[in-house]
Amino acid sequence: MSESHHAVTPPPRPGKLRSFLDSDIVYSWKRQPVVILATLVTLVMFLGALFAPWIAPQNPFDPRQLDLIDAFTPPLTTSDFTGNFYLLGSDSQGRDVFSAILYGSRISLLVGFAAVLFALVLGTALGLMAGFRGGWRDALIMRIADVQLTFPSILMALLIFGVIRGFLPRSMHAEVAIIVLIVAIGLSDWVQYARAVRGATLVEKGKEYVQAARVIGLPARNILFQHILPNVMRPVLVIGTIGLALAIIAEATLSFLGVGMPATQPSLGTLIRVGQDYMFSGEWWILLFPGLALLMLALSVNLLGDWLRDVLNPKLR
Amino acid sequence: MSSTPSSDSPRDDGTPAVPVLSVRELRVEFPTRHGTLVALDKVSFDIAPGEILGVVGESGAGKSMTGNAVIQLLEPPGHIAAGEVHLGAQRIDNLDEDAFVPLRGRHIGMIFQDPLTSLNPLFSVGEQLIETIRTHLPMNHKQARERALELLREVGIPAPENRLDAYPHQFSGGMRQRVVIALALAAEPELVIADEPTTALDVSVQAQILALLKRLCAERGTAVMLVTHDMGVIAETADRVAVMYAGRLIEIGPVNAVIREPQHPYTRGLMASIPGIETSRERLYQIEGAMPRLAAIPAGCAFNPRCPHAVERCRSERPELLPTGTSRAACWLHDPDNPVTPVIEEAHADGH
Amino acid sequence: MLAFLIQRVLQAVFVMVVVALIAFSLFHYVGDPVLNMVGQEATEADRAALRARLGLDQPLPIQFFQFIANAAQFEFGISYRSARPVTDLIVERLPATLELAIISAIFAVVMGIVLGIYTALNRGNWLSNFIMTASLIGVSLPTFLIGVLLIYVFAVELGWLPAFGRGEVIDLGWWNTGLLTRSGLASLILPAITLGLFQLTLIMRLVRAEMLEVLRADYIKFARARGLSKRVVNLRHALKNTLIPVITIIGLQLGTIIAFAIITETVFQWPGVGALFITAVRFVDIPVMAAYLMMIALVFVVINLIVDLLYYAVDPRLRVQGGAK
Repeated sequence: MSESHHAVTPPPRPGKLRSFLDSDIVYSWKRQPVVILATLVTLVMFLGALFAPWIAPQNPFDPRQLDLIDAFTPPLTTSDFTGNFYLLGSDSQGRDVFSAILYGSRISLLVGFAAVLFALVLGTALGLMAGFRGGWRDALIMRIADVQLTFPSILMALLIFGVIRGFLPRSMHAEVAIIVLIVAIGLSDWVQYARAVRGATLVEKGKEYVQAARVIGLPARNILFQHILPNVMRPVLVIGTIGLALAIIAEATLSFLGVGMPATQPSLGTLIRVGQDYMFSGEWWILLFPGLALLMLALSVNLLGDWLRDVLNPKLR
Repeated sequence: MSSTPSSDSPRDDGTPAVPVLSVRELRVEFPTRHGTLVALDKVSFDIAPGEILGVVGESGAGKSMTGNAVIQLLEPPGHIAAGEVHLGAQRIDNLDEDAFVPLRGRHIGMIFQDPLTSLNPLFSVGEQLIETIRTHLPMNHKQARERALELLREVGIPAPENRLDAYPHQFSGGMRQRVVIALALAAEPELVIADEPTTALDVSVQAQILALLKRLCAERGTAVMLVTHDMGVIAETADRVAVMYAGRLIEIGPVNAVIREPQHPYTRGLMASIPGIETSRERLYQIEGAMPRLAAIPAGCAFNPRCPHAVERCRSERPELLPTGTSRAACWLHDPDNPVTPVIEEAHADGH
Repeated sequence: MLAFLIQRVLQAVFVMVVVALIAFSLFHYVGDPVLNMVGQEATEADRAALRARLGLDQPLPIQFFQFIANAAQFEFGISYRSARPVTDLIVERLPATLELAIISAIFAVVMGIVLGIYTALNRGNWLSNFIMTASLIGVSLPTFLIGVLLIYVFAVELGWLPAFGRGEVIDLGWWNTGLLTRSGLASLILPAITLGLFQLTLIMRLVRAEMLEVLRADYIKFARARGLSKRVVNLRHALKNTLIPVITIIGLQLGTIIAFAIITETVFQWPGVGALFITAVRFVDIPVMAAYLMMIALVFVVINLIVDLLYYAVDPRLRVQGGAK
């Protein structure tokens, strides 16, 4: 594996940046134009989402900034009424589609990252517990994982989403939609992390240094966090990068199905659902641009995830 | 040696009139990103009908490659870049895949090293035999089945009628190799290429399989190209032996001659390193260094960096196979016009 | 064989019991079923009566058994939203979903295997490269986006195919089918492609990877050395060995198709069970959610069982180890 490469490469300690630039990752990155392109697209979309309030011509969530009179302005048009320029056109509310996409991808990315983080932490914790403690905890966790794996995660997410909503009063649904979404997607996706971590933990647990640590009576907590955890993080991060693309798609799908983000706080999926209604009446831009934005985001994050998986962990393929 | 059609003949390779297989100046190349690797370089030899030619060498010397090149099963991007291969009177190296397919199995059979992986696990032994027989011979299913039973009987599978419908994993390693031999001989080819046929087997089974192969081929007059790294197998089975080194044929001759009086310094080292053949030595001889990688074959004789006799000429000029006694060796020591003065023969033996 | 079968059936039963437990808990803990059924204005006495009638005053384990007994007879109660028996709702809509799922599955499996074989055998030519690149996009795209884009191109811009609905449906009494009318078939094309595309790319990549692996095997080289024709080597030997591991995944993917029908049905306003489920999730219609969950679980469990048996039937190595010997 690549450890052996590193063992060979570094002559008397170069700087951290230098050794990073010389690493396999950078080498492989530079050799693949598709990956470079995906990185650029991802970067642009991340930055666009992050700085949306400064880049976007208007805040699409603020009704005071919208002009109904500008509704359905085609792309690349300056409104005759307000003098506003609409790069990608406007929707039925006079909302600038470009701004809506920037704010929408902000929500898509936020939900995606948060859901992955949620699944990662939960899955890692349960996987560590199952692997390290074993016994009935292990059996229980892994049985639950098996049953959950029987179903596609989008179905799990839908179900969890419905159940959480059932517990909440109807008036709160729109308000907490984003949190419910994060929890639902996160809960639907923890199994992979748990299985990988459990496997890695079992391997580490059997190694001599852990046995030695146990013999000299180090508390379990120390062994777990100082010795085992760092060693199981690599597969977790690999699954996480691929999980990000999946989480973004899951969020978009739920929002498109009308059970995710409400139209008052649209993510890319919501924008596409709303835009679908105007497809037949000729206002194609309301659908097409958010669709393309999601396409580019999903594709490039996916490509990056695949590439990173191949570079970091050839065995996980 | 006695029954062998060997040595004294008009042809330059020392075999009588029409050989089954004639390989001339064969060159196999592997284009890679870092340049073209020459896996076989100017390899020439003949095999007479009914003769067993042992091909010996270290792994990577090109012995398996030679077999694969003859039957045109080189792993891409490897390909024959120069030279000729004749099967009887027909030139076969320039045939395309479609024209070559009918030759495989029918005229050239092949046996691979590992009987565990040579048979498709999802088809019964009978299915594989029958499909092979029917591919080559005009038989209906019933006749082919009879023939399959007969073949299994011949290769020594007990109660073949009960075993015909069994799957490969139900056979032991030795039995499987018998099945593989039956498959290779199913259409009575004139030539069989046996690539390390006993290497993967238990020592106790090896001798049986070799004896079987030898007997069946003798009965049918089938010529065999026996590829192996095991000098013992060669001594036991082959009529003549060809020694390969770094993609080149460096010595070829009757088996006794090569074993008793190896002419090439590499062959000498090889023989000296085998326990039991030269019993007088107290310690096994070891040739210094290792065979060069294909990417780094030195100029001149490929063996020169390791050769105790190497002189300037060996580093610049590649020797052809030169006649020496009953065999021929690619070494300037045997150049009749300009022989290299040999360093005292035994000097290197106690060097290590 | 028998031991293997029993083990698999037990596993399936275990999954079903767990799912039933979840469905039961949904009924029991999410919202108050009585409140949901009679509404706010009912008197306390009315509620108690209904509670007793529904058996909700019984101890939990007994209620759970009652629930399973009912489920076994396809009895899932009344939809909170439409006030009709859930079973009726599902039975009405099941043909639409099954027709869509089966057609997409056939499309995905046939095309996936054919393209997988083609790209494996013709590695590096421009068509395989193109197919592989396209499949990468297919894997990364959310299903609904594919559907929406297909509608935009083929229904809105080109006007070749209907954008939504199931077209004209013929009622056979026990089944209603769109497969017998022109408009029904035309309506099926876009949804079937949308639903099948993801599985198609997955199956194709799998078949390709597996076949490349198999083509490197010794027995393939030996089969060629025996003089078998390219056709026999590729399509008899290599293909059979390729398909064995692929069967499992394909089987599991078919289950996924029914689940993903939810999305496709929403995009194309297809009157199937998936659309019913989405509405149920949106309005927290617990009986429908629970029934759908049980139904999907059953489908998955049955498919898993069939896949196991099929695997067993095709691979002689398993047959002997697990079998009489």
